Amino acid sequence: MELFIQYTLTGLTNGAILALAALGFVLIYKASDVINFAQGEFLLVGAYIIYAMIAQFGLWWPLGMTLTVILAVGVGITVERLVLRPMIGEPIISVIMVTIGLSSVLQAIVKMIWGSQPKEFPPFIPTDPVKILGATIGADRLWAIGIAIVLLGAFSLFFRQSREGIAMRAVADDQQAALSMGISVKRIFAWAWSIAAVTAAIAGALVANIVGVSGTISSFGLHVFPVVILGGLDSIPGAIIGGIIIGLLETYTGGYIGQGLNQVVSFIVLIIILMVRPYGLFGQQIIERV
Amino acid sequence: MESGIFHTTYQADMTLRRTHAQKIRVVLLLIAVVIFPFFADRYFLNLANQVGIAIVGAIGLNILVGYTGQISLGQGGFMAVGAYTTGLLTKNFGIPWYLSIPISCFFTALVGAIFGIPSLRLKGLYLAIATIASQEIILWVVTHWNVVTGGVDALVVPNPTLFGERMNTDFNFYWIIWLCVGLTALLTVNLFRTHWGRAFIAIRDQDIAASVMGINLFRYKLLAFAVSSFFVGLAGALIAHYRTIVTWERFTIDVSVLYLAMIIIGGLGSVSGSLFGATFMTLLPAVLTNLGRALKDYIPAIDTFIPYIQQASFGLVIILFLIFEPEGLRKIWNNIKDYFRLWPFSY
Repeated sequence: MELFIQYTLTGLTNGAILALAALGFVLIYKASDVINFAQGEFLLVGAYIIYAMIAQFGLWWPLGMTLTVILAVGVGITVERLVLRPMIGEPIISVIMVTIGLSSVLQAIVKMIWGSQPKEFPPFIPTDPVKILGATIGADRLWAIGIAIVLLGAFSLFFRQSREGIAMRAVADDQQAALSMGISVKRIFAWAWSIAAVTAAIAGALVANIVGVSGTISSFGLHVFPVVILGGLDSIPGAIIGGIIIGLLETYTGGYIGQGLNQVVSFIVLIIILMVRPYGLFGQQIIERV
Repeated sequence: MESGIFHTTYQADMTLRRTHAQKIRVVLLLIAVVIFPFFADRYFLNLANQVGIAIVGAIGLNILVGYTGQISLGQGGFMAVGAYTTGLLTKNFGIPWYLSIPISCFFTALVGAIFGIPSLRLKGLYLAIATIASQEIILWVVTHWNVVTGGVDALVVPNPTLFGERMNTDFNFYWIIWLCVGLTALLTVNLFRTHWGRAFIAIRDQDIAASVMGINLFRYKLLAFAVSSFFVGLAGALIAHYRTIVTWERFTIDVSVLYLAMIIIGGLGSVSGSLFGATFMTLLPAVLTNLGRALKDYIPAIDTFIPYIQQASFGLVIILFLIFEPEGLRKIWNNIKDYFRLWPFSY
């Protein structure tokens, strides 16, 4: 039983981080119909920037975090302006490939600046073990869950209440109609990319705190796919619930079955979901069937 | 000054190479391929062999992505199937390589068709994501099925022999690889003159219209996966016998991305495009390495940066091509040809 709770807690935290990564992914897809293969690299960039702020420049962590968020906004806007905007209206394969090229460039830049060796990260969130129902878990993992919940709540509010959030939903629904209502689609795209970069930076900071800073962080980019397909590519609650389900699933399979099956189980789920219910649990049922 | 190419017989219209210039170019290319190994040293032979294998793989992928319009990120996995099948057949059962390579091609075609089943219900980016899953699943099987594949350990394949001669030198293997390149190119060019190939192209252009015209989508999509995987498996099998060591690291998702980049940079839906793209993407890192070595005297620190520069330029090349020349190197080549053909009125 203790083991079960242990696995559940670990799975929930992994799921929370996956959900954060998936959130940015879904935002971009919702606003601009772009599949972002560079989402893992956004996490990577976020993790290294927060590392530079706290470990290299020795900043107080809330200040470092704020600067990281500002820089992430810059990265998001730059990427959207330079790389994605010329791709509007191009076939899917071009858009996929351009984000893959982007991921390669971002990885190379990170390695050029910080080298390829894993870095020791001074945890800014307490990592002391906490006992819950007999299971032990690092406090930073609980923080991860907490931060994920707060952020997801904030985003739900943003999409319901704020002007930009509503405009973003309008663009996602119908670009032409949004344009005719006086919404600047280009600005909305820039918004979507910068918000995605910010969520990725925060997720990256959490990952850095939990597992350290290294190039392997970008592998989260691939694990986002099962999450978003399970939850539905265009659904924010789907990203959260999908993240938690995939996180739990991977931890349970890793714990009870082992054999490295946890690395592949989410992809098996992915194929099954695609075959049975391609729009996922909460996605809109508009996907084209053949 | 010519105004166009006009044929007076159907036979002339159906030939693969229609003009004298085309025929001369093919002959020149053939001569270059044949005399190249007699002048090249080991370094260049090794590069030529890598290019040859990449061309076979790129043509295979282009059949699926460029001609049939089914985006695949599972290339690395299918290459792994080809490499491991031929490796295990020669190592464990002593089947000679010239039999095991064809067997592994057919086996890869079968595996490709199985992983192509999701394409019956999915298309576009959903299919791309499904093929990522197949890539991950194949690699997982390779690294965890210890009894058969040896898991994460390297699989050592015996040296191939022909007429009692060991084919383990770059020079000897050059002929095998480039024979395969020639056969693959010839088969593919001809494939798209048969009803299979035309059905593939129809599916790419408009799948619903294709099915209205009586093309069985299920059958031809699976066929496209099978034919494509056949050549991809051939590329994998060639790697196995050329390197004589098969490890899973050679077939990760990075390889799938690399091959996709090759055909996009070269030109989708064309054999010559695959050729250009594969050559370009294989030579790019080598050129950068040499450039780095040449600059070493001036910038001593450049050594540590070469891998990162390679990675960055890989991504940059993809982005720049997609933004500025989405039709790839083939289009640039055509522009150059047109410039000289229409000179001095090339506007």
